[in-house]
Amino acid sequence: MATRIVEVRHGILKKNDELAHKLRTRFEQSGVFVVNLVSSPGSGKTALLEQTLAALSGTYRAAALVGDLATDNDATRLARSGAPIRQISTGTTCHLEAEMIDSALDGWDLDDYDILFIENVGNLVCPASYDLGENLRVVLFSTTEGEDKPLKYPTIFNSADAALLTKMDLAAAVEFDRDLAVRSIHQVRPELPILDTSARAENGLRDWLAYVTDRIERFRSSPAHAAESLDHESAK
Amino acid sequence: MSKQATENDAIRVKNVCLRLGPLSGVVPDALRFSFEVATTNTVLEGAQLEIDEVPVVVYCPSCEAEKTLTEFVGFRCPDCGGIAADVRQGKELEILSFEIETP
Repeated sequence: MATRIVEVRHGILKKNDELAHKLRTRFEQSGVFVVNLVSSPGSGKTALLEQTLAALSGTYRAAALVGDLATDNDATRLARSGAPIRQISTGTTCHLEAEMIDSALDGWDLDDYDILFIENVGNLVCPASYDLGENLRVVLFSTTEGEDKPLKYPTIFNSADAALLTKMDLAAAVEFDRDLAVRSIHQVRPELPILDTSARAENGLRDWLAYVTDRIERFRSSPAHAAESLDHESAK
Repeated sequence: MSKQATENDAIRVKNVCLRLGPLSGVVPDALRFSFEVATTNTVLEGAQLEIDEVPVVVYCPSCEAEKTLTEFVGFRCPDCGGIAADVRQGKELEILSFEIETP
């Protein structure tokens, strides 16, 4: 009987990071800009996406993947926009992984699209650790959630590229303190772009649509550069 | 890890060394509990989980230096109190090594 030490030295998420890197390269080659929407459940990802798909469809060829533990309610809702939608049912998994994205894209020719939205599972913890090969990670934060959410869940806000304050039409009714929310966000991620949105109000997504359009255009003018700089930090 | 242990002719795994950061989203006690459940009836059954909990290290732009946050409550420099959200360490979830018994 002998004992021996086996050196491993590798991150448990390494496999995901490697696959995410491959996906990012594939997206870049097809010229498709990918947005990963993360937030707690019920903060308005699907409502935002419904309106966004409708607004962008005249200009861009858009598609979406939507993750939930169960049901295809969101996919059914989003399909009304006319954009191709695929539901990813994660079963018991509380986040999306690069592998799920890879399989969900099966049969789709990415060259047919300009922008792909990924609606992550509603959860502010685990989705932070899984790079999906996206170009832009957007965290949604609704006015009904409490201004200190970013301090309670720093990692997801720290890993985001932009934050959307959603349900701004309810701000007054719930006495939402916008300045406090912005301070909380900037405490975990200084200078993170913050946009006010309301999927229910007229023109409530104007700033967000302008922002995402600008990002798509910047990506199109230099996709290689965009992909290179955006391999998420977790990819070690 | 089971596969790697078997490839190394392990009869059993004595311990597994992990490095874990507070920003990995993994709670050490929950991991210990689930490790025991997940390893039942595998070559890893009974292995001790040794977790090296590393602190969060951030870069403070005001002090122009990396700072260790002994207790993570937010991205602030422990010395100057300024915001320091450039994370240099703390997201780790890594298997470092494991010790096996071979015939």
